[in-house]
Amino acid sequence: MNTTTAAETPHPVPRPLWRRLIGFNLLTAVLLGVGGYYLGWWIGHLIGFQGSFHYQTKSDENDVSLLLGYFFGVAGFLIGLGFANYPASRLLGRPASLREKEQEGIGRYFGLCTDHKVVGIQYLAGIGVFFFVGGLNAMLIRTELLHDTPTVVGPNQYLSLVGMHGSMMMGMMTSGILGPFANYFVPIMIGARRMAFPRIEALTFWLLMAAGFILVSTIFFGGFPTGWTGYEPLNDQAVMGMDSYIMFFALVGVSMTLLGLNMMATIMTMRAPDLPWSRLPIFVWSVFATSILMVLAAPMLIATLLMSALDRTIDTSFFIAGGGGSSYLFQNLFWFFGHPEVYILALPGFGVVLELITVFARKPLWGYRLAISGMLGVTLLSFFVWQHHLFVSGINADLRPFYILSTEIISVPTGFIFLCVMGTLWKGRISFTVPMLFCLAWTFNFLIGGLTGVFLSDAPVNTDLHGSFFVMAHFHYTIMGGLIFAFFAAVYYWVPKMLGLRFNEKLAKWHFWLMFIAFNSTFLPLFALGMEGMPRRVISYAPRLHTLNVWVSISAFVLGFSMLIFLFNVVYSLIFKREPAEANPWRSKSIEWQVPTPVPVENFPGDQLPSFDFEPYDYGVPQLPGGGTQPAPAGA
Amino acid sequence: MSEPNHARRFTAIWIVASLIAVPLVIWVMGPELPPGKGSVQAAEHVTDNTVLVAAATPVFLMVVVYLLYAVICFRQPKGAALEGPAVRGNVRIQTWWIGVTSAAVLALAGFGSVELLANYGSGSGSGPSPLTVPSGPRLPVQVIAQQWAFTYRWPTYGGVETPHIVLPANTTIELNVTSLDVIHSFWAIQLGVKADANPGVNNVAFVKPTKRQSFEVRCAELCGIWHGNMFDTGHVVTPAAFVIWIHEQQRRFASVTKVLPPYSKTYLPEPTRRGG
Repeated sequence: MNTTTAAETPHPVPRPLWRRLIGFNLLTAVLLGVGGYYLGWWIGHLIGFQGSFHYQTKSDENDVSLLLGYFFGVAGFLIGLGFANYPASRLLGRPASLREKEQEGIGRYFGLCTDHKVVGIQYLAGIGVFFFVGGLNAMLIRTELLHDTPTVVGPNQYLSLVGMHGSMMMGMMTSGILGPFANYFVPIMIGARRMAFPRIEALTFWLLMAAGFILVSTIFFGGFPTGWTGYEPLNDQAVMGMDSYIMFFALVGVSMTLLGLNMMATIMTMRAPDLPWSRLPIFVWSVFATSILMVLAAPMLIATLLMSALDRTIDTSFFIAGGGGSSYLFQNLFWFFGHPEVYILALPGFGVVLELITVFARKPLWGYRLAISGMLGVTLLSFFVWQHHLFVSGINADLRPFYILSTEIISVPTGFIFLCVMGTLWKGRISFTVPMLFCLAWTFNFLIGGLTGVFLSDAPVNTDLHGSFFVMAHFHYTIMGGLIFAFFAAVYYWVPKMLGLRFNEKLAKWHFWLMFIAFNSTFLPLFALGMEGMPRRVISYAPRLHTLNVWVSISAFVLGFSMLIFLFNVVYSLIFKREPAEANPWRSKSIEWQVPTPVPVENFPGDQLPSFDFEPYDYGVPQLPGGGTQPAPAGA
Repeated sequence: MSEPNHARRFTAIWIVASLIAVPLVIWVMGPELPPGKGSVQAAEHVTDNTVLVAAATPVFLMVVVYLLYAVICFRQPKGAALEGPAVRGNVRIQTWWIGVTSAAVLALAGFGSVELLANYGSGSGSGPSPLTVPSGPRLPVQVIAQQWAFTYRWPTYGGVETPHIVLPANTTIELNVTSLDVIHSFWAIQLGVKADANPGVNNVAFVKPTKRQSFEVRCAELCGIWHGNMFDTGHVVTPAAFVIWIHEQQRRFASVTKVLPPYSKTYLPEPTRRGG
């Protein structure tokens, strides 16, 4: 293992290109990744030829090989990036490798970098790519559904598209806001110069990228027919492409757990000395609540997928009824993770919206403590509702009144967030900037998402709606209408700080209005489709539903087009018409807007941290002659 | 200050809008709501849907009217950089909000639970031994799901297995749903019935069709590549016509019925590749 000492790193003379390609970088990582993959594949086949397993009779199917291939591939990829350098040199008693320390230049975005700001931008780009792939899948799904019988793609490809779209969005986008924005801004907001575990921070990103790649690679192995839920025993029956799903989601689970741990540790231990919990920005609180969910829920997913992998490879019977297992077990375990998971997606959106409306309504956050209790309430309750996903399954049917109650109670803390949004807008001075438009749209979308959730939580009505397009519309309203709208609010609000650019305002407004109208035009009719009897994930549907489906597909294409406007705006504002951003274009009083653009490596210039001895969101508070602010009125 | 009383104005708009919308929802939209009145259970679902839409409408209107009101009345004047009032909360409003939302949620949860239990699971799969069972005679029908079709077994008619489903009107049906391979879900759309089919599990749902009609059967749980094509049309006929139909089936499938495994609540296929 090569370790570079501190003395070697800063090279005054630029080295030739061929020399710079050798070392721990993305190229080495890809090479070692491919090498590791073939090593695992080879070992898997050695095991297969011993004849102790049955799979080799299916000549082209070897789940052991593929899973080992992925495993060694990911290990090689991470070693190539240099993740083993630090532990290895410490184990060997050598000084810590400084290979991954912050450096200048564009190269740091393509390798292991422990600067939380670099990781934030890496996340933004990486997740953006996979979000785009997931969106393209959705376009293909809607193209197929233009007709009520299989036409464009076959049923196998269709289900693979559905599964990839779902897994991509539910897996990669778990870090949609935490990845880019929490990594970038939480340390600044709490007055820290770095995250608690910078190497783990970088690891979460590169694990996620490896996971995304593995999910896409499923198309080479026949795809997978189960959708993002991966239900057994269909999972056990599926071809090798299923292993891609298992490995993908397990890696996402590891990434999520580590990300959550890192965020929790950072927020708990690295706050500025004069920043108590009671004055943390609300976005930091939402990140904290999300992290709790990630740390407690994601390991359940990893364990469940391990059982699936064992069922598929060495023929255990966790989920096989004929072998003594239970198909219910997978559903229970999966949703014990899966329901907190949807709040992992929703909660950061709460934080972004509450954080941003204060700036654009020019008012302090109304009901700060209520908002925190709302988020923590959702966090706690989300672990007690999972069996509403099994309302018609027949397991624990007598417990349904409890799950009706627990599920409906979760709308109480969610309602807190709405009250805080409404209270903050009250008598504010609202300016309709693009981020604010996205926040207001979030309020509308999440309202519909929340209210339709009440229908689904009501077990009698749920009988008709379960597994139908109604469910699909509901969670697209909470996740796309919630998370993605909040994500774009955050992009338009914070990216000018991160990249030092100014988005074209006109294109941004076009993006917003087109996206908002097309989103509602796409997903509102889906409620009707579900109620009228269209099950989820079907390639054929009743001919009487054809007209509405064509309407939905066309709206979905417009929605996809609105994303292209955004993409064009990014390229245009980043490359063609680069206008440097002002340091604080929104006149925000939050600390992250007070640091210079670009943000220095150590976040705060000089040795001294700025003072955090003020209430957050001091809008509308008259400045006192002494430079301080009026003591905030007590309450809430 | 000449500022109007925003709170009073907003409340008035909201109440007027709700007073217009809620009756429309109950009396105009309500009767048209799915799944229709094909069975006692489906008719109950229409009622439940109406109650939920009627309850959700004022909440929806409150937030939407509020957003519109705020967007119109609380704007930043063009070119200005004014600040809003530094109000950080209001304990009374918050307490009321918590109280009212909790009460509404408890009421809805109570309503849902009562409807569920009073209607014998309200057409949903309620496990092998449901908590509430309708009294009186019932016609047991076994729904056997497999990739990618439903078949039906009639234990009171010699265990005959039919490829389609025909039900007698005004009779309580006991559906016993099970699967031979992966998880499916039996959805009789117009009857308001849905029950998952799990291998090795008997999932019971009760339904009482009320009129002669056709109904759509679809699989509602992803079960493999032809999941979307796992559908069929069922019929509800008069009890006399049903008896004629089932006897016809018994005759037609007599040779098959002899070689079928004996009727059982579940049929667990041997796992193909499992070790000990």
